[in-house]
Amino acid sequence: MTDHDHDHSRTFQADHPEPTTDAARIGLALRELLIEAGHYTADEEQAEIAKMQGASPENGAMIVARAWTDPAYKERLLENGGEALREAGFDIAPYEFTVMENTTSVHNVIVCTLCSCYPRSLLGMSPAWYKSGSYRSRVVREPRKVLAEFGVELNDSIDVRVHDSTAELRYMVLPQRPADTDGWSGEKLASLVTRDSLIGTQRDLSAEE
Amino acid sequence: MMEPKFTTGQRVRIADRTPPVHHRVPSYAKGRVGVIERVCGVHGEPEKFIRGDGEPAQRIYRVTIPQTELWNSYDGTENDILEIEIFEHWLETAE
Repeated sequence: MTDHDHDHSRTFQADHPEPTTDAARIGLALRELLIEAGHYTADEEQAEIAKMQGASPENGAMIVARAWTDPAYKERLLENGGEALREAGFDIAPYEFTVMENTTSVHNVIVCTLCSCYPRSLLGMSPAWYKSGSYRSRVVREPRKVLAEFGVELNDSIDVRVHDSTAELRYMVLPQRPADTDGWSGEKLASLVTRDSLIGTQRDLSAEE
Repeated sequence: MMEPKFTTGQRVRIADRTPPVHHRVPSYAKGRVGVIERVCGVHGEPEKFIRGDGEPAQRIYRVTIPQTELWNSYDGTENDILEIEIFEHWLETAE
């Protein structure tokens, strides 16, 4: 017998709480019915959850770094985001993937006014503010003010483009490459890219560590 | 595959209607005129899907609308725009 040296009081995990709302009960019942009727299997659901949990803004950062260092890839990414994504080993089908490029004269920002559409299987869970009624209703009608609250001050020489993700497209902003990063590796460049810069609530990335 | 009814650069009006089912057109965009920014793919139509009528495919377009035409006293420039995805059956040619 080996020594039983781990502490059970520290490895104990509480059960998931029983659903307490009608919506949660309906959700669970629907899930069981869909599996029972053969629309998908429990294994497929597990695999999908694992895929979602593995997603993070780092995936988007890798795509951005590749676009910064490979002009031909950047062109393909802006032209057909879904294809360029598959080329890099990701796939968000059945959604279309749309990448909007920030330039010295254009700033893009993304919202879903109707709910909270977000390229989750690529970038992971969206931030809480992205799902808030306040962000969703305000950024379409006063984007410059909302962006200023995020610290993005834009003068009138920069056009603001708000993208409302209302249906089957999912969006990512291609931020501008920071100055003083010539010759940097893709990995090092990717480490500069933040989640908010992929949504457009941050504009300037910094080469400072 | 059905041919797109509209092309990039064409002026279109977004229908102003409110079907009594789930649909993906926010009220601020209803009745507005914009320009087709790009022709996207074909996807299931949400209104039919929710009624259980199957999910007939509809073309999606990205439509560009100037912000100054969407909101009274918009605080920005006349170059600021909003872009939105609209299903084909919500669009008609505008003058």
